[in-house]
Amino acid sequence: MEFKTLVFYFLAAILVFASLRVVTVRNPIHAALHLVLAFFSASGIWILLQAEFLAIALILVYVGAVMVLFLFVVMMLDIDLDRLREGFWHYLPVGLLVALLIVAEMGLVLGERYLDVFESDVPQTGAGFSNVQAVGRLLFTEYVYPFELASVILLVGIVAAAALTLRGKRKTKAVDPSQQVFVKAADRVRLVQMPAEREETEE
Amino acid sequence: MMVETLQQLLPGFLIPLFNGLMQLGQDTFGSAWPDIVTLVWTVVKAMLVLAPLLGVVAYATYGERKVIGWIQIRLGPNRVGPLGLFQPVADGVKVLLKEIVIPTRADKAVYFLAPAFSFAPALIAWAVIPFNDFLVLANINASLLFVMSVTSISVYGIMLGGWAPDSKYAFLGAMRSAAQMISYEIPMGLALVVVLMVSNSLNLVDIVEAQGRGWFAGMGIKFLSWNWLPLLPVFVVYLTSVFAEANRAPFDLTEGESEIIGFHVEYSGMAFAVFQLAEYTAMLMGCALVSLLFLGGWLSPVSFLPDSILWFLVKTFGVLVLFYWVRATFPRYRYDQVMRLGWKVFIPVCLVWLAVVACWMLSPLNIWK
Repeated sequence: MEFKTLVFYFLAAILVFASLRVVTVRNPIHAALHLVLAFFSASGIWILLQAEFLAIALILVYVGAVMVLFLFVVMMLDIDLDRLREGFWHYLPVGLLVALLIVAEMGLVLGERYLDVFESDVPQTGAGFSNVQAVGRLLFTEYVYPFELASVILLVGIVAAAALTLRGKRKTKAVDPSQQVFVKAADRVRLVQMPAEREETEE
Repeated sequence: MMVETLQQLLPGFLIPLFNGLMQLGQDTFGSAWPDIVTLVWTVVKAMLVLAPLLGVVAYATYGERKVIGWIQIRLGPNRVGPLGLFQPVADGVKVLLKEIVIPTRADKAVYFLAPAFSFAPALIAWAVIPFNDFLVLANINASLLFVMSVTSISVYGIMLGGWAPDSKYAFLGAMRSAAQMISYEIPMGLALVVVLMVSNSLNLVDIVEAQGRGWFAGMGIKFLSWNWLPLLPVFVVYLTSVFAEANRAPFDLTEGESEIIGFHVEYSGMAFAVFQLAEYTAMLMGCALVSLLFLGGWLSPVSFLPDSILWFLVKTFGVLVLFYWVRATFPRYRYDQVMRLGWKVFIPVCLVWLAVVACWMLSPLNIWK
């Protein structure tokens, strides 16, 4: 067996295990951590495909940002697991249907080569080839309109998120930092000149 | 690679022995032998980076106490060994012998995972740090991107460390520090975008080499063509963000030992020490990155002196001393001031300078050709 195949099976096994744990484990924090592990294995598999930019971006965006926010929310919320599990049998038929569909689709895509590791059809490139450059060039030439569109949608999202948190005038008593910086000692403290009142005592 | 290097480096009487070993391996493992040699050589190289690094981290704590001592007109540690040089060893033995008190309701697995999560990223990132133009463990194309993504993981150590012990104070501390680290990642990232634009590469070696070219470099005063001068606002933003990202004074609200409590209140002994080691390793990492991205890495400041790894070390430790100096000088920021500085000052400054540099590069005055 080729070394690459071995690495693929190793990463794939971790990926499958971690993904299973995400849905089976009881503690939501543990589920989130297993999802992080799944992302790591997926990025390892992408590196095997020589897509180093995508692999690093997966870690940077999903592990470094998205999952951190997930953890934030999960840690802050008081999640009642029993209530979440109430509808399990009720939703099971729908879930099974979706799962079957996905399995069927994957089977169709993989076709007869199922359970067999094969090289990707993408032409292999040398070590000197910069993935980032290729992706960037494509984004700003061929796909520039979809790219701009996506960035505008993201901008709308940012503005909407900021607008949602602004509800009326702020009621905090925070001080304006520029006023704080330019404050002088004379504004805060009044120095009083007092003549000494010591009496002459002889001891 | 390894075979030729070792054949040159080893003393003469060892070479027949070494060749015999290679032949033995060839006979035993057959075609898999070159792969095994590569694997062993990679592990050896990683150890050659990590072992000195850990030593430097241990002595960074000693250096910090000495430097701050001198600044405050004290002696600093001077009891253990000559000049107090064995102080880190004594500290290490002390934390190893201390009991690790695990809170009763702690999530044990996550509790011990958290220090590892904060220490490992700080170590992994050193895999792509070039010490000079050929001394680099893995010279990959997107090395800066790699460093960014790996260091963005270290926030997990803080969040899990605050959550796992099931303590309110630790949890609040973790929320505070995590929010701070995420906030300062944005100006850092934007600052890096500007650096990438002018150096036209994601590779750290290329970024350093790009700083050795330019108008001033042609005149022999190389240090004026390093990134710190043309990108001065970005340099200041990046340097300050490194302070905040490494949770160092004046942004050390993570610790806040005197007024607010940090995420690691429930940790003791070696588990706590690992968090501290992670902080110092991340700080060294930040210093190395500052010297690579803005201070010309291993390039010498003037053209009549040769480029050397020594310059890189001098610059890195110079920035490190700056960290100590700042810690001894400035009082701690209030939390709302920290957040304000990141979001309302640094991000706009970076965005504006990004646009300025972009226009500059398109204008005839472009100095980065």
